Amino acid sequence: MRGVFLVAALASVLAVALICLFLFAQGFPAIMEIGPLKFLFGTEWKPKQDIFGILPMILGSVYVTGGAILLGVPIGLFTALFMAKSCPKPLYRFLKPAINLMAGVPSVIYGFFGMMVLVPAIFELFGKRFDMMSGDSMLAASILLAMMILPTVINIAETNLRSVPQELYEGAVALGASHERAVFKVILPAARSGVMAAVVLGVGRAIGETMAVKMVAGNQAVLRLPHEFLKGVRTLTTNIVTEMGYVEHGSLHNGALIATGVVLFVFILIINMLFSVLNRDLPRRRRGKENAPNLSKEGAAL
Amino acid sequence: MIQNAMILLRRKKPMDWVRFLLMWGCGLATGAVLLYLVGFIVVKGVPHLTPSLFAVEYTTENQSLFPALVTTLLMVVLTLLIAVPFGVFTAIYLVEYAPRGSRLVRVIRMTTETLAGIPSIVFGLFGYIFFASWLGWGKSILTGCCTLAIMILPLIMRTTEESLKSIPDTYREGAFGLGAGRLRTVGRVILPSAMPGIFAGIILAVGRIVGETAALIFTIGSVIKIPENLFSQGRTLALHVLQLSSQGHNRNEAYATAVVLLIVVIGINMLSETIERRFANKLK
Amino acid sequence: MAPAGARQGKVMKKFEILNTDLWYNDFKALHSVSMDIEANQITAFIGPSGCGKSTLIKTLNRMNDLIEGCKVKGSILLDGEDIYGNIDVNLLRKRVGMVFQKPNPFPMSIYDNIAFGPRTHGVKSRYRLDEIVEKSLRDAAIWEETKDRLKKSALSLSGGQQQRLCIARALSVEPEVLLMDEPTSALDPISTAKIEDLVTELKEQYTVVIVTHNMQQATRISDKTAFFLLGEMVEYGDTQQVFSNPREKRCEDYITGRFG
Repeated sequence: MRGVFLVAALASVLAVALICLFLFAQGFPAIMEIGPLKFLFGTEWKPKQDIFGILPMILGSVYVTGGAILLGVPIGLFTALFMAKSCPKPLYRFLKPAINLMAGVPSVIYGFFGMMVLVPAIFELFGKRFDMMSGDSMLAASILLAMMILPTVINIAETNLRSVPQELYEGAVALGASHERAVFKVILPAARSGVMAAVVLGVGRAIGETMAVKMVAGNQAVLRLPHEFLKGVRTLTTNIVTEMGYVEHGSLHNGALIATGVVLFVFILIINMLFSVLNRDLPRRRRGKENAPNLSKEGAAL
Repeated sequence: MIQNAMILLRRKKPMDWVRFLLMWGCGLATGAVLLYLVGFIVVKGVPHLTPSLFAVEYTTENQSLFPALVTTLLMVVLTLLIAVPFGVFTAIYLVEYAPRGSRLVRVIRMTTETLAGIPSIVFGLFGYIFFASWLGWGKSILTGCCTLAIMILPLIMRTTEESLKSIPDTYREGAFGLGAGRLRTVGRVILPSAMPGIFAGIILAVGRIVGETAALIFTIGSVIKIPENLFSQGRTLALHVLQLSSQGHNRNEAYATAVVLLIVVIGINMLSETIERRFANKLK
Repeated sequence: MAPAGARQGKVMKKFEILNTDLWYNDFKALHSVSMDIEANQITAFIGPSGCGKSTLIKTLNRMNDLIEGCKVKGSILLDGEDIYGNIDVNLLRKRVGMVFQKPNPFPMSIYDNIAFGPRTHGVKSRYRLDEIVEKSLRDAAIWEETKDRLKKSALSLSGGQQQRLCIARALSVEPEVLLMDEPTSALDPISTAKIEDLVTELKEQYTVVIVTHNMQQATRISDKTAFFLLGEMVEYGDTQQVFSNPREKRCEDYITGRFG
């Protein structure tokens, strides 16, 4: 029986190996044919003329993710502080399941919500003044992604804030620090690396999100600058999903799209590595629980 | 308690007011965002939940979601059939059998962590390249299930591992002490006690399957019919919402379908929470 | 600030505890405790685990406010003012400092640990902070060991050093009273001796209340001793009298090691 369990355990290793093998085997030749530099730093993506530069998409992913982090991380962090240290029990009993549910809402629903609410709202606000064609924009995608990474950031940050020993809080309060000062100046810095881990995982989520972004970002494969946040943008993920549907099998275009996936995959690997390095600093018992359901349901003291 | 709070409120320094408002403001805003999101979809969608939306046969007139609902159910069952044994067995191997800290364990951990971080579009791409093209299964239910199975594998594995670890060692010692072998101990003592935790993890995985779009769009096709066999194409509820929302003239049906999807997801979430809470209480 | 007692050249009451009851939800942890704690003296609370001595010390700076379901009846006066009345708890805690059972330095530099208190109470000047940090560390007899590594993490210190750092941190806000909740129970004998020496020096400037499990420690350092049992104060008097000639049978039994 031991053998059966072992074989099952090797399946995940096999899966990762196959994913790497097939993505690279199909993406690499395309990258070589286009030229690695031309592919990565090319500013134009024109499949019909066989021009495949993904710099606009790399930057698109960076902008949209950056925007999401800028908006989502502060809100998520303060919410996590609230949940861990200030939330009255009755409110916690409502808020915690709500945040877990937020993590479970499918990205199409977020996307649909973005399409019907965010995009028109942005058009309403800025459309006339900035001569927008539609509300589909970097900004819409960033706001939507900020909403989507909130539960990730909140849950991991909360777990880590909670695992800061209560003695530190007591030490601060015993010096005459107010509750707020103790929370912001002692608890938060003590959970530093855990909070960073939450941010990094948020980045991973944002960079990998596809459908919701596709539904609100406009998807123009055009090189943008950060201040053009009211214009449409295409990310690595949406580049794949927008064109994969009609691409001719075995063509260079097909290869270039898979190669886009390879670049995305490498990005994610780097982020994962960063995450596990940050997580290594945490004591053993705090690890592993991040994505798993939080089995402890103790309410917020205080 | 309340009096103390009032006194505290009156005595706050300006900086503490800022911190206080930031925490309460953001906490309440987060709750409000979710309420608005769910409320918006429900208010817009519920009036359009007509009986014709649940007609057995899909036509362009009724835009029935019934075939998609059945396909989703089918996908859930098939995907779990593949992923649960692998996920649970892996966890059993890691927790109960593998020598602690061996190199193999480290490799398996690393790969599952990697797997857990891969975005679903990459799984979709892989499923398309490997199952659909290389193995020649084409866009089909089978391709979709295999793709999703790989995607949820780390989730099932990790939740199972957590529940196995939460079983006190005294259980194991007790069983070994009675002369039970390792397999018997795992099968008769450990697994039954860990079952609720494992189950909660599986339900979370169901949630991911139900909501997934990016990994399915190139792997199961988009035919709106109840699949006849493993190689039929199909369309799940989430994909159906995606398609409807991209067609401007079916907005009402899109809202209604989104409501159904949302209800399914909320139900799954509540179920998972309940089971988890029971499990946590039982172990206390 | 020179304590009032020292100025007048006679023993003064710092705390007056009057008929104080305390509940944790339905459990009554203190039964109408009444006692005076004198300024510039070391008062030791002794008794078996769960007797209420730690609970009582926590009521003196209202740390028990942090425990849910904790209710206090009766009054505790600090220099004649009821600390459970309409007062600013944060200011109370500035006046009544506390050192905990386990050293709890903040995970930041030694300097920032000490500066946290003064900064909390509005000291901003770099020069002033430097002064306070040095004085506090000197008063806690740890300046020599730390002066060259003020920017290093406080967690790099040994357990005994960490506890003295925590004492320095408590002194940094110039409290009038120092509460110590079994401050040496997590330390080795050498560190314990250092802290005991320190405490005896501190009573020149501060009123010290110390909870201890260790009866030798109480005899070595305290002027007054209170013996608690099951939430009641059984005996209170000069340390010498309590240990050599206890009035109460239960106190004698405990001291002679018949239980506890």
